[in-house]
Amino acid sequence: MIDRTMIDRTVTDRTTTDQAMTDRTSHLELEQHDKTFLDSNELIINMGPQHPATHGVLRVILKLDGEKVLGTECVIGYLHRGVEKIAEHRTYSMFNPYVDRMDYVAAVSNGLGYCEAVEKLLNVEAPPRARYIRVILTELNRLASHMLWLGTHALDIGAITPLFYTFRDREEVLKIFEKYCGARLTTHAFRIGGCLYETYEGFEREVKKFLDFVTPKINEYEELLTTNRIWVERTKGVGKISAKECVALGVTGPVLRASGVKWDLRKAQPYAAYADFDFEIPTGQNGDTYDRYLVRMQEMRQSLRIIDQAVGKIPEGPIIAKVPKVMKPAVGEIYHSIEAPKGELGYFIVSDGSTQPYRVRVRPPSFVNLQALDMMVRGALVADVIAVIGTLDIVLGEVDR
Amino acid sequence: MVTRLKGHYGSGIEANSYLGQNFMAVDASLIPELLQVLRDQEQFDYLVDVTAVHYPQREKQFDLVWILYSFERNERIRVKTMIADGASAPSVVAIWPAANWLEREVYDMFGIQFDGHPDLKRILLPDGWKGHPLRKDYGIIQQDQEWVQINLGIESGQ
Repeated sequence: MIDRTMIDRTVTDRTTTDQAMTDRTSHLELEQHDKTFLDSNELIINMGPQHPATHGVLRVILKLDGEKVLGTECVIGYLHRGVEKIAEHRTYSMFNPYVDRMDYVAAVSNGLGYCEAVEKLLNVEAPPRARYIRVILTELNRLASHMLWLGTHALDIGAITPLFYTFRDREEVLKIFEKYCGARLTTHAFRIGGCLYETYEGFEREVKKFLDFVTPKINEYEELLTTNRIWVERTKGVGKISAKECVALGVTGPVLRASGVKWDLRKAQPYAAYADFDFEIPTGQNGDTYDRYLVRMQEMRQSLRIIDQAVGKIPEGPIIAKVPKVMKPAVGEIYHSIEAPKGELGYFIVSDGSTQPYRVRVRPPSFVNLQALDMMVRGALVADVIAVIGTLDIVLGEVDR
Repeated sequence: MVTRLKGHYGSGIEANSYLGQNFMAVDASLIPELLQVLRDQEQFDYLVDVTAVHYPQREKQFDLVWILYSFERNERIRVKTMIADGASAPSVVAIWPAANWLEREVYDMFGIQFDGHPDLKRILLPDGWKGHPLRKDYGIIQQDQEWVQINLGIESGQ
């Protein structure tokens, strides 16, 4: 049975609310002439942690005014495994495979940084042959990392085709890794003091074949995107960051270079065998998403150049230096950093003279670069947040460690 | 540079080098002023990292480390200071905005407070977590059992 009075009361209530709404709107209109009632609504929404465009478990809390981003806050730590704590309970060589699990798309770079840091602490140097093999594999890994970045970044923005191309070609790099050390992703390719594995039969031939195969492919990606009108409109002027802001925020890698700073650790403080090779540091001018794309494309070509030079003249000789089985570095501290595909990857290791490191601190490029996200997306649109997360090229395994 | 700084600050600074890497051990009271000078006058414009090391047997338990780099000189330097457990350190966010997350991580992992930090809270661990895992007295399999039981519903807390 319907209670008549209830309905009547509801109707009256609604009228009063409507009246109140009109009052409030007019009040707002008096205050802010340029804003309609709907525009002035601030909205807090969550992007992630389960969102395909955040490249892993990143949660970004967005404060929105309509489509406009007023501010963001990143919530990270979903993949925190306590890598630095684990290091204190493992010997120097036992910790080596763990570093591969940080930036898992560039595991070879992580391993190189760690091995070189411990070598520095032990005061040994890898033999020339090992250093050349290291350069070749690290640059191949940079290619693989940039290819994965390009595919997923383009997919986020709406270009689906590059993903298939880049994954197809990245597979060739992984095949070389697999043949060299048995693993495709978390390779554990290097050991402290050099390399464990000698190059396999036909390694140089296969790498050369890969270079011939991949050079036209990079042009192919560029044909798809560089002058594509949709791509240009989605990336040009989006997520701008100036050189000064980059330096203040500690941002490194391609993001810094796209803002016009010609700085690359491979040139500034050469490690491994990089001093022997001739290559350029590509830079951009505008510091926007489009320039970062161009810089990374150029970087891929430079990596090919380095590999091409290295593969022709791998010196003969031992592949591993004389390193004691039980490593006990003298008491002291060391900081060593390399140019990983994402930026400066540093290891700060404290030794207390025992077989286990007293403290290992990893300076992850993704973690520091992600800090710039807030500054880059303020005032932009929600769709640009996706583009900026993609262009920062973060790997959450490394952000959270 | 070091002699210049030493002339100015006296015995509060001790400069050293190990395996070709320079570092300065500095008295905690000089830190904010010295870091400002390093950035403004010595062109160390890029703060690479802020981290800490725990020595539980020492009276001043923590080593706080700032790693700086200068694009101009292509040079790296480490600045170290010792602080006691419970004491707070000056925040350098006003000097290098990059310090924001790095200091939050040090606070999260070691429980060191930073004075003047705009938003000092945990960054990698959840907000309600008890304990600071990178302290030496925190066991490797130790967890905040209460938090795990309440938030993850795991009875054993592991």
